[in-house]
Amino acid sequence: MTTNNARIVPADSRHATTHRDSSPILVICGGLSHEREVSLSSGHRVQGFLRKAGWEVRTHDMDQDLLTYLMDPDTRPGLVWPLLHGAHGEDGSIRDVLEMAGLPYIGSRAKASRTAWNKPIAKNVVRQSGLSTPHSVTLPEEVFRELGAHGMVDLLIQSIGLPLFIKPSKGGSALGCSMVTSPEQLPQALVDCFAYGPVALVEQAVSGTEISVSVMEIGGDLRALPPLEIWTPDGIYNYEARATPGPTKFYVPARLSPQCLADAQEAALTAHRALGLRDISRTDFIVDEDGRPLFLESNVAPGMTATSQLPQSALAAGYELPDLYSSLVESVLNKHRS
Amino acid sequence: MTTANPNTAPTVISNDPWFDSYAHRAESMRASEIRALFAVASRPEVVSLAGGMPYLGRMPFAELSEQLARMLREQGEVAWQYGSAQGDPHLREDVLPIMALEGITDAQPDDVVITNGSQSGLDLITRIMCDPGDVILAEAPNYVGALGVFQSFQVDVVNVTMDADGLIPEAFEEAVQAQRRAGKHVKMLYTVPNFHNPAGVTMSVERRPRILEIARRLHVLIVEDNPYGLLGFDGRTYPALRSMDAQNVVYLSSFSKIIAPGMRVAWMVAPPGIRQKLVLANESAILCPSNMSQMTVTTYLDHFDWQARIEDYRSMYRERRDAMDSALHEYLPTCSWNKPKGGFYTWLKIPKGLDAKAMLPRAITAKVAYVSGTAFYNDGQGADHMRLSFCYPTPERIREGVRRLAGVIDRELDTVSLFDTDEGMDAQQEEQR
Repeated sequence: MTTNNARIVPADSRHATTHRDSSPILVICGGLSHEREVSLSSGHRVQGFLRKAGWEVRTHDMDQDLLTYLMDPDTRPGLVWPLLHGAHGEDGSIRDVLEMAGLPYIGSRAKASRTAWNKPIAKNVVRQSGLSTPHSVTLPEEVFRELGAHGMVDLLIQSIGLPLFIKPSKGGSALGCSMVTSPEQLPQALVDCFAYGPVALVEQAVSGTEISVSVMEIGGDLRALPPLEIWTPDGIYNYEARATPGPTKFYVPARLSPQCLADAQEAALTAHRALGLRDISRTDFIVDEDGRPLFLESNVAPGMTATSQLPQSALAAGYELPDLYSSLVESVLNKHRS
Repeated sequence: MTTANPNTAPTVISNDPWFDSYAHRAESMRASEIRALFAVASRPEVVSLAGGMPYLGRMPFAELSEQLARMLREQGEVAWQYGSAQGDPHLREDVLPIMALEGITDAQPDDVVITNGSQSGLDLITRIMCDPGDVILAEAPNYVGALGVFQSFQVDVVNVTMDADGLIPEAFEEAVQAQRRAGKHVKMLYTVPNFHNPAGVTMSVERRPRILEIARRLHVLIVEDNPYGLLGFDGRTYPALRSMDAQNVVYLSSFSKIIAPGMRVAWMVAPPGIRQKLVLANESAILCPSNMSQMTVTTYLDHFDWQARIEDYRSMYRERRDAMDSALHEYLPTCSWNKPKGGFYTWLKIPKGLDAKAMLPRAITAKVAYVSGTAFYNDGQGADHMRLSFCYPTPERIREGVRRLAGVIDRELDTVSLFDTDEGMDAQQEEQR
């Protein structure tokens, strides 16, 4: 009797794991923030693409086992990609931990992350480097309590004008964000915002084209990907619009003049450098009627889910995600080795 | 590496090229902030008073694994094979003594259909009974899983008022008449008569025949969903509606709460005509329930004292209900709640002006989770309530969770009163009622 020992072979050999000659990459995702679900999705997608590119990649939650995992010689990774969104992921904490552990990682250092994570501070920093940003004020809930909420609400409307945006000063995925178009909406928008954090950023809502520009280290150079324009049926890009595939449309590059596109890419690089960011970032802008990109915020751990802007921008620009992410890994490893 | 595309003509990316092709019934299937927040609830740092997971820590898994290994050795080819769309005859026999505990003594194995959990049973009965625009009457608040099924079949769910004795018969009759006057086709009444999810109340014994009489007279099918009936804390069971009427009631029960939910095994009992269509619908949906799961259940029922296990569950859940009640008295005396006599849930009314849905991010930050009352209504009501589950956390964790929740409510009250949004909230809730 003969035995056929042939095993099933993947149709696309790129799916086969071809362990490269280095320690595994660890993607840290999950965490305890409000953006846990987005982070898990980002992390698992990056893991999949890097595996396709031939890397050995593991994922780990930010939990009580993580330190042991990082320090144990049997599991210690060769490189870490922190893909935690929200607090502890983007506020620099996990990056401080990785530096203390002596591990190379992809992305910005702790101090720069902390600056970018705090939207009001980030706005000030990029303003000093010559970029424009919508007029805003930053108010903790306590200020409303001490000075009286009614008077403060009136003053806000008088000062910022309507429409305006209310956002938690720290946070992502548009959680806790509201657009306010009439005075009576403002108190509830503030209550909803303070449910996510103690400080509100109240920002003038500028009419224009909402875009994001992703910046990545590609082939050893820092490059701005083509600006991505966000279009939603009702003009509101909230959590639901971000996480539900379908109704939201992206245009890459954005439907702007070549000069505006170039200005937006330059502005993203300026913001990236001004904030001291490293390797990868995504900066959100509103391009006003005069074609000026107005800085809204920069993200040090941009979303990498199936509906996220950075990967969509890269795909539309003709990049293959396994290659692109692999190039970033190579670049960071090379810098670390040198 | 592939280089960037030099072509600058915009590419339109919709993220989902099939978006325009979906059926209308898929429109409500969208991501939400609330769902995203629940991703954190599974972390051990968070005291989750949200999910209705039974506590399985006392199951005799070591002994069970021996019996299951034997079952696989002796009947593996059956367990891993296709089976009957109606379900394993052995299991359909086994459910009869379980139903007898709640007075159903006239059912035959042929009346029984095994389903993939009662959720699948709800899907099947709605699938065969309801067209888009038909009306299902249901208690308000209503089991969120049933609302999801009804919504997916584009059925109009009309709320029927409940009180401490469960569904109010007069309200049921009035609702049927009002819908018929409006030209609507009322297809069924959906009820969870025992230890209701989320309200925790039980339909009184006196009301049961009255509800049945109205349903018979007005020709409205009753769908009786009874997952918790054997989990009364004083050991008492209530006569199932199906025990008093075999022709006008479709009965659903499940092993999820009295054994474990992981097998996804439940059953339905229906009059012959409906039963036949349920079997065909089951076959169409899933071909057959999993033999492996069904035989796991029969192995458990045949080799273990399942009644003693239920007794143990009752005692454990009673202790947890008491822990919840005591913690609420201590930390949240400004709220009001029921003290359920069985089941898994406490239905908490929060202080005036608070919105349980809007408050959830603050709760997640404080590492405690609950389900906002809005999940249990189809019309935006319920923001003034939350469902607190006491089934899974230990009494100590329940107490800690309620302590954290009290802090969340205090802080939210501070913020809401600061901005005077409580008055607007009250007006909104009144309008929705």
